[in-house]
This record gives sequence, C-alpha cells and structure tokens, in this order.
Amino acid sequence: MAIPVRKYDAVVVGAGGSGLRAALQLSNAGLKVAVLSKVFPTRSHTVAAQGGVGASLGNMGEDNWHWHMYDTIKGSDWLGDQDAIEFMCRTAPEAVIELEHFGMPFDRNENGTIYQRPFGGHSSNFGEKSVQRSCCAADRTGHAMLHTLYQRNVFANTQFFVEWMALDLIRDHEGNVLGVTALEMETGEMMIFHGKATLFATGGAGRIYASSTNAFINTGDGLGMAARAGIPLEDMEFWQFHPTGVAGAGVLITEGVRGEGGILLNKDGERFMERYAPTMKDLASRDVVSRAMATEIKEGRGAGPNNDYILLKLDHLGPEVINKRLPGIREIALQFGNVDCTKEPIPVVPTCHYQMGGIPTNYRGEVVVPKDGNANTLVHGFYAAGECGCASIHGANRLGTNSLTDLLVMGKSSADSMIKFIKENDTHMDLPKDAGAFSAARLLRLDTQKNGENVYEVGNAMRQTMQAHCGVFRFPDMLEKGVAKIKEVAERAQKLEINDKSKVFNTARIEALELENLIEVAVATMISAEARKETRGAHDRADCHDRPGFVNGRDDQSWLKHTLWYKHDNKLDYKPVNLQPLTVESIAPKARTY
Amino acid sequence: MKFIIERYDPDQDQKPYFKEYDIQLEPSDRMLLDALIRIKSIDDTLALRRSCREGICGSDAMNINGKNGLACITKIVDLKEPVKLRPLPGLPIIRDLIVDMTQFFKQYHSIKPFVINNDPPPEKERLQSPEERLELDGLYECILCACCSTSCPSFWWNPDKFVGPAGLLAAYRFIADSRDQAVNERLDNLEDPYRLFRCHTIMNCVDVCPKGLNPSLAIGKIKEMMVRRGV
Ligand SMILES: Cc1cc2nc3c(=O)[nH]c(=O)nc-3n(C[C@H](O)[C@H](O)[C@H](O)COP(=O)(O)OP(=O)(O)OC[C@H]3O[C@@H](n4cnc5c(N)ncnc54)[C@H](O)[C@@H]3O)c2cc1C
Ligand code: SF4
Ligand code: SF4
Ligand code: FES
Repeated sequence: MAIPVRKYDAVVVGAGGSGLRAALQLSNAGLKVAVLSKVFPTRSHTVAAQGGVGASLGNMGEDNWHWHMYDTIKGSDWLGDQDAIEFMCRTAPEAVIELEHFGMPFDRNENGTIYQRPFGGHSSNFGEKSVQRSCCAADRTGHAMLHTLYQRNVFANTQFFVEWMALDLIRDHEGNVLGVTALEMETGEMMIFHGKATLFATGGAGRIYASSTNAFINTGDGLGMAARAGIPLEDMEFWQFHPTGVAGAGVLITEGVRGEGGILLNKDGERFMERYAPTMKDLASRDVVSRAMATEIKEGRGAGPNNDYILLKLDHLGPEVINKRLPGIREIALQFGNVDCTKEPIPVVPTCHYQMGGIPTNYRGEVVVPKDGNANTLVHGFYAAGECGCASIHGANRLGTNSLTDLLVMGKSSADSMIKFIKENDTHMDLPKDAGAFSAARLLRLDTQKNGENVYEVGNAMRQTMQAHCGVFRFPDMLEKGVAKIKEVAERAQKLEINDKSKVFNTARIEALELENLIEVAVATMISAEARKETRGAHDRADCHDRPGFVNGRDDQSWLKHTLWYKHDNKLDYKPVNLQPLTVESIAPKARTY
Repeated sequence: MKFIIERYDPDQDQKPYFKEYDIQLEPSDRMLLDALIRIKSIDDTLALRRSCREGICGSDAMNINGKNGLACITKIVDLKEPVKLRPLPGLPIIRDLIVDMTQFFKQYHSIKPFVINNDPPPEKERLQSPEERLELDGLYECILCACCSTSCPSFWWNPDKFVGPAGLLAAYRFIADSRDQAVNERLDNLEDPYRLFRCHTIMNCVDVCPKGLNPSLAIGKIKEMMVRRGV
C-alpha cells in the first residue's frame, strides 16, 4: 500500500522552545508549515526549565555581550565555536526582549524592567566576579517561555500535528533532505511529510542514563534519525551532569537556588566549594561543581546514612525569598526530597542533565558535514536547532541559562535560513520511489518479532551501562569495557519485541522506537568518550589529569577539535574548532579556574 | 499492591472494562506513576500519557480513587488500596487512560490565549511594575492538565459551550496582564449565557488543581468585571 504524502514548505519536528520559536518565524513569513510533536506542545521538556534565560540586558548593573561571550567560551573549555558563541551572546538581549513582547511573564524590578539573577559561570569583566544575567519568571522560566511561545503560535495560526512521532529522515540518492516519515499515535498510520526544508528541534537524550533530570520523552529521536540517515553526530562524549538533582529521584533543583544565595555543604557542614573555586565558589561552572561534589562523596565526606549525597542549604534565605523566587523548588523538595527547604537542606547528587553534542550545524542552523575535503559542507534542505543541534555554542560544558538563550537565538536563525532557502529553491524535489520503505520495514519488524528482547530490560541495561561506565568520572578500562558492553546492548536492541499489537495509541511501540533512537546516542557517546584521551569540560578522564604541560588534563595540541561519530562502522572523524569570532578578536585558550 | 484500572482498546474491545493488577512494588517506587510504569513493564498494553514525571507538563492527569490528579506527584503511601484508576471523566476515551482532549484545547484557544497589544513594540521591554506582575501569579502557572475542567459538572454537560475553569483561568490571566489592551474585547467574548455564566461556583476545580490554582476565584473576578462594566 502506498504511503500517503503531504506537502509543506517547511517541516519542523519538535515543538519545544526551539521548534516553537522557529515555527513562529516560518508562519509569520507566510510559509506553509507543519510542526510535528510527540506530545502537545506545552508538554515538551522545555516546560521543566527553571532558572532562567541568559542575556546581558544589564538591568541589575553593568553587563555586556562581550563578557557573556567570554564566560561562554571559558565555560565550554574552549571547545565551543567562537563565531556561534559571539552570534548567540550578541543576539541574546534582542531575543529576550522579543520574548517579553510576546507576553512572557518575567519577574520585574521596581523600575519595571526584567529581573535578573546570578547563575553559575556568569561573570562581569572577564571572570572578575559574579553577575546577574539570568532573566527569569520565578523558578518556572521554561514553563512561562514554552507557554508564551505556544500562545504566540496560536496567534500566528501555525499548523500542529500533535502526538505524531517522526520515524526517519528522508534523503534522496544525492543526500538532499526531503522530509520525514511519521506515525500518528492515535491511529497507528504512517505518513510522509514532504518538505522543501526540514528542521529538527527534537531536544535532548538524557534518558540514556539511569539517573537523569530529563523527561521520559527525551529520547534523542532527532539524533537517531540523523545517524541512521548517514549524518554524523558531533561531540557526543560531552554530557552535563547537573550538580543538584534530588538524591534518589533525579528531579532537578535549579542552579538559581545557588544564584539566590544557597550553598553546598558536605557531611561536616563545610562549604567545600570555597576550596575548589575560591572566586566563584558555589557558582562555578557546572562541570567544576559536579566534580567537586563527586570528589567529596568519593572521599567519604558525603552526607546521609550512606555518605552518598551532598546538602543544598537555602533555609538562610528566609521563607519570603524562597516563596517569591523559588516556589517551585519548595514544592519539588517536599514532593521528591521529603524536606521543607525553608527549614532543612535538600539532599542532592550530580545528575545527567544536558547533551552538549548533537547534529552538527553552523550558527545559521544549517546542518554541515564533511565532504570532499570541506569539513562543513551544507546538507541541502536540512536544519537543526535547540538541544539536538550542535553549533557548537556549548562546547565541552554548557553554562546555565544558555540553553534557553540558544533555543530562542538558534530557533530564529535556523528559520531565517530556511525562509531564504525556500525562496531560492521554491519547488519540492522528487521523493525517491522507495521513500518510507525503510520506516515501514522497521514497523513491520517490530510487529512481527518473535522470541525477541524485552524493551524494559534492554533499556535498563543501556542506562546502567552508561551510568557505570561513562559518568562524571571516566576511567580508561571502564570506558573500554563500556564500548564492548554498549555494543552488545545495541545488538539486543535490534530484536525488540512488544506484546501490544493494537493500532490505537500503542505506547509500547512508541517506547520501542524511542529505545532504538536512545541506543544510537548511547553508542555514539561511549565510543566518542573512549577515544578522547584528555580531560575537557564535562569529559573527565582519570588517566588524563594534571600532567606537566596540560592544565587540568586538557590537551589542546591533540584534542582541540570536535568529534564526529558515524553510525556506519562506528567510524570517528574530527574537525577543527572555530576559534575565530565574527567581528571581535579571538579568545585564546588558557587555564580555566573559577 | 492492588490496582483496578479501566481498560479500553477500540481495536478489540466492545466497551471499557476493569482489569485488576496485583504487583510487587520496589522501594524506589514512590509515586503512582512509578507504580504504573512497573505495571507497564509487565503488561505493555496498558496505555497512558506521561513525560516530565515532576508535575509540570500536565500529561498524566487521571481519575485516582474517584478524584482527578497527576499520577507523577501522587504519593503511593497516600492511596487507599485497591487503587482505582480511570481516565479523566467527561472526555471521549481514546484508549485506556488516554482521553481525547480536543474539546478542552478548543475552549482554551477560544479565549485568545495571547497578549494583545497593538502599539509598536518599544526598543526595550514593556515596563511592568512588580505589583502589576504579581497579578499574574496564580494564573500563568496552569499546566493545562484538565484536572479541573473534567471535574466540573457544568463542563461535562456543555463542553462545547462552557469555556470551563482552565480556559477561564487563562482568560483572566490575559485580562489581568497590564500589557494587554483587549480587556473589553475579552469580556465581550465571554458575555454569553454559557461561556462564562455556566459556572455555578461548585468549586470542584479548586479542589483538584494539582498546582494549587484557583480557577473559581479568577471566574469570580471576571464576573465582577462584567457587572461593573454593565452599570
Ligand atoms: C529540569 C531541567 C531544567 C532546565 N533548566 C534550564 C534553565 O533554567 N535554563 C536553561 O537555559 N536551560 C535549562 N535546561 C535545559 C533546557 O531546558 C533544554 O535544553 C531545552 O529546553 C531543550 O529545548 P528543545 O527545544 O531543544 O527541546 P524540547 O523542549 O525537549 O522539545 C523537544 C520536542 O521535540 C519533540 N520530538 C522529539 N522527538 C520527536 C519525534 N520523533 N517526532 C516528533 N516530535 C518529536 C517533542 O515532542 C518536543 O516537542 C533545563 C533542562 C532540564 C531537564
Ligand atoms: S467553580 Fe465553576 S468552573 Fe469550577 S467546578 Fe464549579 S462550576 Fe466548574
Ligand atoms: S487550572 Fe489547575 S487543574 Fe486546571 S488545567 Fe490548570 S493546572 Fe490543571
Ligand atoms: S508526567 Fe508531567 S505532569 Fe505528570
């Protein structure tokens, strides 16, 4: 049976912050847009972001985008591309003001301007002292932002396909991207969305780890689809572990708590961050704080009966500040940590949070791959933005608040690129004859598999392998074993079996398809991590710590480069970091201290 | 622990029925959603929506022992056994615990859920005082879970005509925004025997809202504005 086809100018996969920002731009340009999402747009995981969106508005004191840019480059441990970083930091104020005009309910200062709070790694005057740069709506910034962007799309009449799951990217034999195949959950029917330009805004894949701040739906579908279609994944070894996930539950406690004055204590009640980061202390970069916490726990100074967590103290802020600026945190601490944080500290541990790597793009959101000697050749008709893209703004470690900024800036810039591209290429290219056959075969396999593997067991095996072999601290022998293990799990994932054979809202099928995407991300991560023989940002190798000539274990001579992993044969390739900003001078690599 | 869950798959069932589950929970299963995921790992045909597992996305609203709530922030220890789970009442069932929310979102969309301001945007942010901003607290936090509207008798009888508590809370969120210029237009939009005035202050909505919001209060404020406008 032929698979039905629908034609659009632009196909957007994902309705989180980045997808919605892009969709708005595309709709306002008068294009015919289809936005696909696995969930109703306001249920996307952007809704969970708490602490704020970073922009040097300077509402609380002096600030400018040059300082923001410096902080971001330093935060990235110099793996970020400086053109993309300049672009984001320079555009951020405008992007945030625009969001305010859309109706975002930001917190306010007495003079009516947007309130900004301090956040980790954000400083004034090139690292001198902490600065207030995070624009927020209490501790519900992501919720406020996602709803505002959705509301704006309602105004713009954007066409949504809610509870549709994209399955595979469609490319012709020349590699041009022509859209996606997708499954309607309610009916179980498949359709082809044929686009002149296609954007992936599918978010992160934090569910490859056992302990994660991410939602169940964060399964790296965009990365899986790209990898299966021959697109490499960039810098997948870099995963951010957020310092403060609720111990045992994984639910996030925003860094905004420390921004407002909260501090981390070990079992002796010592504010240990003073030892690790004398200037920024509890507001050092996340990789630094997470590593310090893991060290405290490892050396027996963790709190609790098993000495396995750290205490986040904020009761000294007083109930008034907590209720006004951190009301959601109070709820979460009660529900998931069983503590009243106006009286007691919250037990926290470093928890997988954010994927710095992703589908390689430039700062215009255009997907780029190596071809014929050019490391950054455009893939015709393909774009990526948000957490699934890698421009690379965040390099080896993202600063808090910079993801929401990234969603706004890259969502818009990718859409602008698409608008220009569609103007220049205003006809649909022909679909290959067998478009959709690959997806159909995958679905058929899943429905007819006998004596296969259980989705939950394989998923658990993957999550535990990643957690044990590729966590905050990484050891060469564990990584090597991890590679063998994760490949084994990936083998098993090719034979997933489900009992549910219904056409109607078959969530077992969805979860199996999601696991097939997660496993691509897990393999990419483990293999890229094993290969990178240095410590940089979130990638900490025990065999590459302080060595003469290599500060903090970073090896700029050999490893100041981006990893590219290909699904085919697990091939690795590398490309240079762009140290050249657009209009200002390069910031040269140096030792990173906070 | 014992669960009784309403099941329905239109692909094979004539009508909904109840299925019993008796399962061994692990110490790490603290919330009802954890238990449901454990059940699903044994019986993968059980269909439900879920995502954030922290009460912020609004996916897993369901009727829990007779009261609407979110599975992910409902503690297992607080539940009476056997735990009886049904889909949200009053909306068409798609499958098992998944309901068709089209009508609910239609009502949300009908109140024009976006700030309307026709002045050319200034260079910087539109100023708003902390007091003006405070007006939005208790309104903007809605997660569109539909716990309230699907526990409201007026919404059950007239889901196509009565906006319902969630939609009206959203309506007031924009009326109360100092940046919005369409207050009169918004009130006109609700001036109708059904859209607003079907609310008889039964207060079910307030009782169930998992975010502690008070749609009834917002509805009261809109009604007050209508009256004031009338005289
Ligand atoms: C708890 C938490 C708190 C955070 N707080 C902050 C913060 O304060 N500041 C900050 O800057 N960052 C924060 N972050 C990070 C930031 O929120 C995320 O990186 C960002 O929201 C991701 O947005 P996105 O648009 O890329 O994707 P998402 O918001 O995750 O959206 C992905 C979208 O893609 C859709 N999708 C995925 N796969 C498919 C498919 N196969 N078919 C169809 N649709 C699909 C989904 O349905 C969804 O609509 C936080 C993250 C977490 C987890
Ligand atoms: S107070 Fe009004 S809206 Fe709320 S449940 Fe009662 S009738 Fe419905
Ligand atoms: S008002 Fe409360 S119950 Fe109603 S939809 Fe919003 S969050 Fe849910
Ligand atoms: S899973 Fe998101 S609200 Fe429960």
